[in-house]
Amino acid sequence: MEGNGFVIDLRGAGFSYGGGGGGSLSGIDLSLPAGSFHFLTGPSGAGKTTLLKLCYGELKPTQGQVALLGKDSRMLSRDGLALVRQRIGVVHQDCRFLDHLPVAENVTLPLLVAGRDPAAEADNLRQLMSWVGLTHRADAYPAELSGGERQRAALARAVITDPDVVIADEPTGNVDWEMSQRLMTLLAELNRLGKTILVATHDMALIRAAKPLVQARVLRLADGQLQAAGAEL
Amino acid sequence: MNRLRPLLDLLRRKLAELMELALGDRASDRVVPPTGHTVWLTVLSAGAMAFLAVFALALTLATGRLAERWAEDLAQSMTIRLAAPAAEADAQQAAVLAVLAETPGVASARALAPEEQAALLEPWLGPDLPVGRLPLPRLIDLVGDDDLDVDGLRLRLEGEVPGAVLDDHTRWRAPLVEAAGRLRMLGWLALLLIACVTAAMVSLAAKAALAANAEVIRVLRLVGARDFYVARAFTRRITLRALAGAAAGTGIGMVAVTLLPSAEKVGFLTGLSFSGAGWLAPLMIPLFAGLAAFFATRRAALRALARFE
Repeated sequence: MEGNGFVIDLRGAGFSYGGGGGGSLSGIDLSLPAGSFHFLTGPSGAGKTTLLKLCYGELKPTQGQVALLGKDSRMLSRDGLALVRQRIGVVHQDCRFLDHLPVAENVTLPLLVAGRDPAAEADNLRQLMSWVGLTHRADAYPAELSGGERQRAALARAVITDPDVVIADEPTGNVDWEMSQRLMTLLAELNRLGKTILVATHDMALIRAAKPLVQARVLRLADGQLQAAGAEL
Repeated sequence: MNRLRPLLDLLRRKLAELMELALGDRASDRVVPPTGHTVWLTVLSAGAMAFLAVFALALTLATGRLAERWAEDLAQSMTIRLAAPAAEADAQQAAVLAVLAETPGVASARALAPEEQAALLEPWLGPDLPVGRLPLPRLIDLVGDDDLDVDGLRLRLEGEVPGAVLDDHTRWRAPLVEAAGRLRMLGWLALLLIACVTAAMVSLAAKAALAANAEVIRVLRLVGARDFYVARAFTRRITLRALAGAAAGTGIGMVAVTLLPSAEKVGFLTGLSFSGAGWLAPLMIPLFAGLAAFFATRRAALRALARFE
């Protein structure tokens, strides 16, 4: 796929926020092959979100190298990075919606910014909303959604452009167990479709529950370093 | 031609950008939430500046017309003042007219009647003064054309009619024309300042809008929006607001200009309204305001976006 076959490839990558704050990383070696499924675990403040940000280019490494879809993130221009992000879907814990737009328009936002006509992809939207179980909430505003609905809407937005990679940061952090499992099922379905999935979570029960659904590897991050680079689930 | 190609390409790109901006698309416009205060700041400042620009433009065009008219009128018009004892006045007046009749370039020449001289003095001395009893010089009004040799005529009059003094109005014509020219220059300067202030205010409004929508920009960047896309969304919104404000300000300004005293009334401060095709000139103000807003907003947006992340 991308050069060496890894869609995301970190070599000795590190990041320091300066001032010695938490969340800094050093010497991270991590390669995600196309179609793989990885969980990223670790205690709060271990640097999970920082590592994910390196993986979708919101942060650039202060040491080492990060290749996103075969491109060195430090060498990417702002526009180049935007184009890479169109191929990496991201689900945040706080979802990050445009609150003045209804759910359907939030979900189609990646199409719009990529220069595609959302109206021409109405079928795609309909199928996606049905897949995440939000058909009846398409015209609602983000503030009117429950936590689980917001996460599913964020997942729909992350995949509407048919990205190569889906990265989720604590997607089940604000939802109950039943909804967590439903989200896990959706992520597993995406993986079966060939998407590379990286999910940060501190919920070990969720990881165990995912065992029958996906063939995943578990990465453990502690004190800014990867301690188990890819233990089988 | 090859040297011009980069310039033509640049112009073509800018034109395409402007067309895209003008046409836009409603879905993209919706990504920027309406922000009340920046919208009103833009509309009001553009409107006020356009209103002032209409007056500055009217002043500029009127002073230009005034300067040209004064220069033309006074360049052609001259006066010969004849100071002679009453007994010799008629003879000297006839001699002057005879000289003028023989001089090439004299279009017309005539002696002012006593009543006309009285009418000229009336604003200063009042209507009841017995002008006829005052020892006034005779005045001969002269209109020349381009062939008239003013210095040659002056020398000939000095030789043939020593009491006659030719006044070609240069002494007071030059400062008037210069004053009108400076007023015109000040008008253009005022227009330039108004354009700069408009751009600065719109730029501030754009920065305020961008700062107020930092989260929106983060979300757009997160889903893969390029800086150009984000900048265009803000630029289009603010440019259209500036255009609307400027159009309203221009309209009100043009109505106000029509209420100014007309040129038919005599006086220095009359005739400041537009005339003829000059009425089309203020219609360019909203266009220029829109262009200033477009470039100011685009620059502010791209600079602000470059600092993101």
